[in-house]
Amino acid sequence: MTSVIQALNLTKVFGSSTAVDHVSFDVQKGEIFGFLGPNGAGKTTTTRMLTGVIPPDAGTATILGHDIRSEPVLAKQGFGVVPETSNAYTDLTAWQNLMLMGELYGLEHARAERRSNDLLGMVGLLERKDQKVQAYSKGMKQRLILSMALIHEPELLFLDEPTSGLDVQSTQMILSLLRDLNEQGTTIFLTTHNMEEANRLCHRVGIIRSGMLVAIDAPEKLKTAIDRVHRIEVSFDREVSGDLLAGIAGVSGVNRTGDKWQIIAENQDTAIRSLVAFGKQNGAVIVSLNTLVPSLDEAFLRLTQEEKP
Amino acid sequence: MNPAGYPEQVRRAWAIAKKDIRIYYFKGPVLIFGVFMPVFLFLAFFMGSRQLPLSFLISGLIGMTLFFTATAVSPAIFPWEGSAKTLERLASCPITVEAIVMGDMIASILFGIGITVITVIIGLALGLSLLHGSTLLSAIILAACCFSAIGMLLAVPPTNVPSNIMMLSSLIKFPLIFISGIFIPLEQMPAWGLVLSICSPLTYFTDLVRYAFTDVHYFPVMIDIAALAVFAVVFTAGTMCLHKMTMPQRM
Ligand SMILES: Nc1ncnc2c1ncn2[C@@H]1O[C@H](COP(=O)(O)OP(=O)(O)O)[C@@H](O)[C@H]1O
Ligand SMILES: [Mg+2]
Repeated sequence: MTSVIQALNLTKVFGSSTAVDHVSFDVQKGEIFGFLGPNGAGKTTTTRMLTGVIPPDAGTATILGHDIRSEPVLAKQGFGVVPETSNAYTDLTAWQNLMLMGELYGLEHARAERRSNDLLGMVGLLERKDQKVQAYSKGMKQRLILSMALIHEPELLFLDEPTSGLDVQSTQMILSLLRDLNEQGTTIFLTTHNMEEANRLCHRVGIIRSGMLVAIDAPEKLKTAIDRVHRIEVSFDREVSGDLLAGIAGVSGVNRTGDKWQIIAENQDTAIRSLVAFGKQNGAVIVSLNTLVPSLDEAFLRLTQEEKP
Repeated sequence: MNPAGYPEQVRRAWAIAKKDIRIYYFKGPVLIFGVFMPVFLFLAFFMGSRQLPLSFLISGLIGMTLFFTATAVSPAIFPWEGSAKTLERLASCPITVEAIVMGDMIASILFGIGITVITVIIGLALGLSLLHGSTLLSAIILAACCFSAIGMLLAVPPTNVPSNIMMLSSLIKFPLIFISGIFIPLEQMPAWGLVLSICSPLTYFTDLVRYAFTDVHYFPVMIDIAALAVFAVVFTAGTMCLHKMTMPQRM
């Protein structure tokens, strides 16, 4: 059993609106799992239920083998959280914030100091460690909060829109840190409304719309699942006949754009193989070949648009 | 180490208390409600009633000081942290609500004891003689626990506006002062006032302080101590239980 997060029918109702509606999914050990959805979809509410901040109205969440309701302390001991809103103590220094976290996670003083030093170095805040967090920029605060979440070397990390509203440097630093952490074995659960981020970072994404999970798969598969028809762009070093191209196996249509041919294919794999064979037969060298997958943006918009009756 | 065990949770509560001491002791409202208010209230009373002996007044001042200081820090912490979103951070840490409440109470208790001890020292410097030191000490410790639990109870309504809680707590704190034998000796109270004062934990503390300085007391000393202990236990258990229930509503 390598499920690190098991969410089963998680549900949260605020007044008359259901913010999260029977959401179920599993996150495996070593994965970066992206939770993708537009604003107000229920990402934060789901994250808060998973991290034991608010109780679900129905359903269960098992984190690292512990039920978040019945064994909250044991579950929480194993993960770190970067919540949606910045929340280091602004009246304390970065160092004091980290030491407080160390104590709350039960670290020995020496280990907390060593970790704090390492982490502050890693996020580039070591010189300003004795400054009150009040004076920090948003990016610096967010880097500190990430360090605070990592103080006890958790095997699971929750992040709720960790890069929203940050400058490019902080965003890049945080994303590359997350990649490094994941390579060292940390499982990551991340919510975002940024497709590009999910696409570049996540092994799998779940797409949530008005509280309901509408799709869950690898980003590449989600993109291709949207469009049954594939487009391939190919160019050769010499003139070839469009009629001939249109006739080869797997190709259902051909368009010419400049020096490139846009091939419409039902089966991408067959089409590419026959294009290669076609080039060889006709003595034409393939100069470029691109598969034009729909962007995750398109996939996302399709999946999150309300279906019309 | 068992993170969910009592020794570990108590250690983590101490971490919360240290944080509170660093952050909240020096906030304006804490100093105003906790230190200046009782001093000026006392001075106003002192000017108006010169016929009461100094030892009676100082006992009242000590009672009032502990009551105001020990209830000054605790009610505001939850609303402050709720609005600063740091409470969400604590809620996702491996610490129980009970331990968070305990940490906040410890900070509140130490604030109360610290300032009260200063008041006692001033009293001694003014020529007051301390007759029962150990009784005074245990009374101060017990009452500080009790009052800081009252402070935490005042913060139970899940609002994240500290000034609302400050207002509510003044509304409850001031009437208590007048029924607890601080300005009016219990002996001079009308019967209905005496009934009210029995319900106020401050009454027993003031009685003990007067006993410690003047050897005069209204209730038996053991009754005073037992009453304070019972109030402290009931209020502490009550506030922990209630905060556990209202905590999610603050997020
Ligand atoms: N504490 C709350 N009280 C009432 N409604 C809430 C609360 N938190 C979230 N909601 C509602 O639940 C829905 C989902 O919100 P949220 O989980 O914050 O979405 P996201 O993080 O995906 O932007 C929204 O419609 C929001 O208005
Ligand atoms: Mg959100």
